[in-house]
Amino acid sequence: MRLDFAADGSVQVRTGKVELGQGIRTALAQIAADELGLAIERVQVLPADTAFGPDEGVTSGSLSVQDGGSALRAACIEARRQPPRTVPLVGSSVPRTDLAAKFAGAPSFIQDLAPPGLLHGRVLHPPRRDAQLAGVDLARVSSLPGVVAVHRDGHLLGVLAERSRDADKAIEVLSAVARWAPGPPGPEESQARAGLTQQPASSSLVAEHGQRPGDGIARTLTARYSKPWIAHASVAPSCALARWDAGRLEVWTHSQGLYNLRRDLALAFGVDADAVRVRHADGAGCYGHNGADDVVFDAAWLAREALGRTVRVQWSRADELSHAPFGTAMAVDLAADLDARGEVLHWRHQVWSAGHSGRPGRNPAPALLGSWQTAQAVAEPPPLNMPLASGGGAERNAVPGYALPAWQVLWHRVPATLRSSALRSLGAFANVFAAESFVDEIAQATGSDPLQWRLRHLAHDARALAVLDLAAARGGWALRTRADGVGHGLAFARYKGSGAWCAVMAEVEAGAALKVRRLTIAVDVGQAINPDGVVAQIEGGAIQATSWALKEAVQFDAAGITSNSWASYPILRFTEVPAVDVHVVASLAPSVGAGEASLGPTAAAIANALFDALGVRVRDLPLSAERIVAAMNDDPR
Amino acid sequence: MTAVSFSVNGRRHTLDADPSTPLLDVLRDELQLKGTRFGCGAGECGACQVLVDGRSTAACNTPLAAVEGHEVTTVEGLDRCLVEAFIAEQAAQCAYCSSGMLIGAAALLRHTPSPTDEEVRRALDAHLCRCGAHNRIVRAVQRAAQALVQ
Repeated sequence: MRLDFAADGSVQVRTGKVELGQGIRTALAQIAADELGLAIERVQVLPADTAFGPDEGVTSGSLSVQDGGSALRAACIEARRQPPRTVPLVGSSVPRTDLAAKFAGAPSFIQDLAPPGLLHGRVLHPPRRDAQLAGVDLARVSSLPGVVAVHRDGHLLGVLAERSRDADKAIEVLSAVARWAPGPPGPEESQARAGLTQQPASSSLVAEHGQRPGDGIARTLTARYSKPWIAHASVAPSCALARWDAGRLEVWTHSQGLYNLRRDLALAFGVDADAVRVRHADGAGCYGHNGADDVVFDAAWLAREALGRTVRVQWSRADELSHAPFGTAMAVDLAADLDARGEVLHWRHQVWSAGHSGRPGRNPAPALLGSWQTAQAVAEPPPLNMPLASGGGAERNAVPGYALPAWQVLWHRVPATLRSSALRSLGAFANVFAAESFVDEIAQATGSDPLQWRLRHLAHDARALAVLDLAAARGGWALRTRADGVGHGLAFARYKGSGAWCAVMAEVEAGAALKVRRLTIAVDVGQAINPDGVVAQIEGGAIQATSWALKEAVQFDAAGITSNSWASYPILRFTEVPAVDVHVVASLAPSVGAGEASLGPTAAAIANALFDALGVRVRDLPLSAERIVAAMNDDPR
Repeated sequence: MTAVSFSVNGRRHTLDADPSTPLLDVLRDELQLKGTRFGCGAGECGACQVLVDGRSTAACNTPLAAVEGHEVTTVEGLDRCLVEAFIAEQAAQCAYCSSGMLIGAAALLRHTPSPTDEEVRRALDAHLCRCGAHNRIVRAVQRAAQALVQ
């Protein structure tokens, strides 16, 4: 952490955490202003830069306030030159320090950087990441107007042009003249998901408590749930700038992890990490590991052909939706042994999933797409999985938070069909969707009210009870009325088992398609540094989860990704967005992150409300009209 | 190359350019107006919307030739009242889609000065927001509508 004080008493803060639209710069400025006794206008949080530090790892996992905020507070207390603010900013909804300029259209994003002498680059990645270039007529492209260079290196192709328009035209021609030999045929989406539980897996016990009883089991409920591959689908396709100068590389990026990226760039280009400077510029929301890091490799790779000029590479919409990593498909099996009174004796949660982290910086080989496709290609490292102690990946939120006499959690690690990496909330989305759907299935089978079942099994966790009670009260759970095609559902989870407590009540209308009318959410994040920022993150997460739950699935066939446009990968639109009421529990307990807590509970609450509306249980996401109709035909009430 | 004349935010420009150049590239790279943003290149997301004679238009797939003699308004040229309303409602998370939203709102309020929420949602339905700021944006448009009517 570095604080630079100016003569007028204002301060510049160097932090390792980066702005992704989550408002971290504002939250950190509030903390610094309080401890240093300053007005917020006198605190400037500078973009992260490896030339200055600090290395705070990756801006991910809902940890920036929890970890980055605590580190900043400690540094500010040490550097303090005057008393802290008597009226603290922490705890108040200070407006975002960056939004006014962004709304006014000021250059704000990495896409807006335009240093003098810029060259525009485009890169053509193989249609599948293991496809081979069979032939290409480069002369067709090099003769086009404005083209400075056409570059072929193994199976990777690229162009440099003086103007953006020329680069776009050149890559279009290059794409048309390149011929590809596909690798071995891959599975299609429907087969791939069905095959999740059938392929060879490496199985491990995640955690267990107690033993399955030898007797007393009156019946056993089982259910299998699944989620498809889901795209990060940022509205801004990834972009980067790069420049080589006497063997030193300087890049501008919207990556979440500057030091990890620096390490992998050094590996990929055979230089020392000290010879690489990585500078952050604001990006659009990324929601995890998207194309941000890959496009930096592309820019640096093309910049080697640019004779010292800065190269800006802009990915296309199709690049972003087909070459960036995805959140992996998962299957989840749940089983509950019940005694004669309907009490759970033993609970089993099994997850089939690939690892959830293909981020740079964690493997012997670089985790950058282009580096697997050049003539000096390295093999793509398989996705890792965060250890459970750090929140886990595939098994995140698979350990039940309910008081149950005995339970067991297993993870079957399967190979990744597509390119898997961190998508907001990692495995928690599927695990909470499955477990919280299953709780309702148990409640239904045993004649319990879904709210009462949850409260009864959370008596040990007062903060869980509080958010459930609050969501139910504000959402009108007790007063809900039956109307044709309308249903209500609840779900709860404490994110990672150690983060924010979040309860969601959904009201849906099931007509020709499923419409989510309203989400009422209660959340406890400890002390909210910026309450409106917490609301925005919880509300945004809930709307994104509604989109995932209702609409989204990456589509692919043997040749590659077919859902590579907004037409073929639709997301939730204004007329489909539910009303969202977020209630933040007032608290002075230590802060925990807000960015990922609402996604899993939202999906489960919607599925539970769908069951309430129609009496059918849809266990495979998305909850499309086709799946709802199929479930009604399978299980007519 | 052809000389193309048009106006942007009230200022007249004559550019010697390939008339098939997308308006988006002209705005961002020639006129250095970076507020209009690239999102898909196919008119499917709303990030690059501008007003052409008051109508919301995707700049990414509008060729320069199509605006010859017309009035283009970008986010930089909008009534400040709209921007203030978005600030008041903190109507974004990442704000990459915001300029398109502001243009969509301006186009709506020109012909529907007091829209219902449903009308705002329908008007912005072609605009994608991935962060989930939709409801804040609807509130901001309503706030701007009230301010503009007064």
